[in-house]
Amino acid sequence: MLNKKNRAVLFNPLSKDNPVLVQILGICSSLAVTAKLEPAIVMGISVTAVTAFSNVIISFMRNTIPNSIRIIVQLVVVAALVIIVDQVLKAYNYEVSKQLSVFVGLIITNCILMGRLEAFALANKPWPSFLDGIGNGLGYGIILVIVATIRELLGSGTLLGYHVVPQWLYELGYENNGLMILPPMALITVACIIWAHRSKNKDLQETN
Amino acid sequence: MENLNLFIRSIFIDNMIFAYFLGMCSYLAVSKNVKTAFGLGIAVTFMLVITLPIDYVLEMYFLRPGALAWISPELASVDLSFLSLILFIAVIASATQLVEMAVEKFSPSLYASLGIFLPLIAVNCAILGCSLFMQQRDFGSVLTATVYGAGSGLGWLLAIVCLAAIRERLSYSNVPKPLRGIGITFIITGLMGIAFMSFLGIKI
Repeated sequence: MLNKKNRAVLFNPLSKDNPVLVQILGICSSLAVTAKLEPAIVMGISVTAVTAFSNVIISFMRNTIPNSIRIIVQLVVVAALVIIVDQVLKAYNYEVSKQLSVFVGLIITNCILMGRLEAFALANKPWPSFLDGIGNGLGYGIILVIVATIRELLGSGTLLGYHVVPQWLYELGYENNGLMILPPMALITVACIIWAHRSKNKDLQETN
Repeated sequence: MENLNLFIRSIFIDNMIFAYFLGMCSYLAVSKNVKTAFGLGIAVTFMLVITLPIDYVLEMYFLRPGALAWISPELASVDLSFLSLILFIAVIASATQLVEMAVEKFSPSLYASLGIFLPLIAVNCAILGCSLFMQQRDFGSVLTATVYGAGSGLGWLLAIVCLAAIRERLSYSNVPKPLRGIGITFIITGLMGIAFMSFLGIKI
């Protein structure tokens, strides 16, 4: 079940082959939902679920899909799964579903999904494909959580809605940095994470 | 007047890239030189202008709660809005296919210069995102929806061409090693986003 190859498939996307930092996939949503921690966590879980199950479904069908219409087949499978996620979120967590607004629907066009379907599920058996989906979804989720933690902590002094910056700091003159809530800071936060990640993994550095 | 205001707003203030981060993947991948960036921008604008009116009509006459009332009054209570994602993506995918065939037939030179970008547009989040925003905002008419699509597309075009121009110059500068390539591109986009925020509050 979890031999060496499968373990690499599962754990490589967490850091060495991270979908956001290294493959540069799924940037759109990872930036837009990270102003607060809670929607970021929900988004990470949703993407993991959709990636894993769409990978499994496409992997089961990989020998029967004609090559010329595979994109449409993939889109339909993904869209059906996203609709399920959307309806579940609306039913059980309406607040977060409101905050995420269109970005739940945009999981369909999340490049991680299409990227993994094209690169992995079309050529591999269902079980490795499932692990690959889980791994990539988690790799994406980790980045989301890191970015959201930084932004919510510095931007509003809270985590998951609870105040964590103590009152005496404010009395000493500490202010929340409102800039962190604004969209552009998401990009700069991700850039800093990439910087740190690539300083550690020197082989990932680009020449230009 | 209202449409003009919406047009300006969707280019500068509600910019697809800087305010919502839609279409970032191709924005980052295809911004190495100005010429291809411009071609992709045009293609995206074109697709938005085509798909938004279609999606608007679908939304108004099929998907909204009660939208089916024009067929017979009994259907007034039907709510098909859960189908909107799958219908919108189908419209976008098939429109992409049609446009690709049309361009190939009538203008082979444009087809050659756009190349791989045309089919990739089907999974560009800016297109689907624009349709979903249109659904949220309840526009009054097909024209307004089209104007919104055109504005968003031009805003995207503006953003990618600017970034490509900056990246062409960037090759002469001494960037810290781990930031080279994608890292510095993120920072530039962030700074451009802050610059674009100065358009906030424009009203016509």
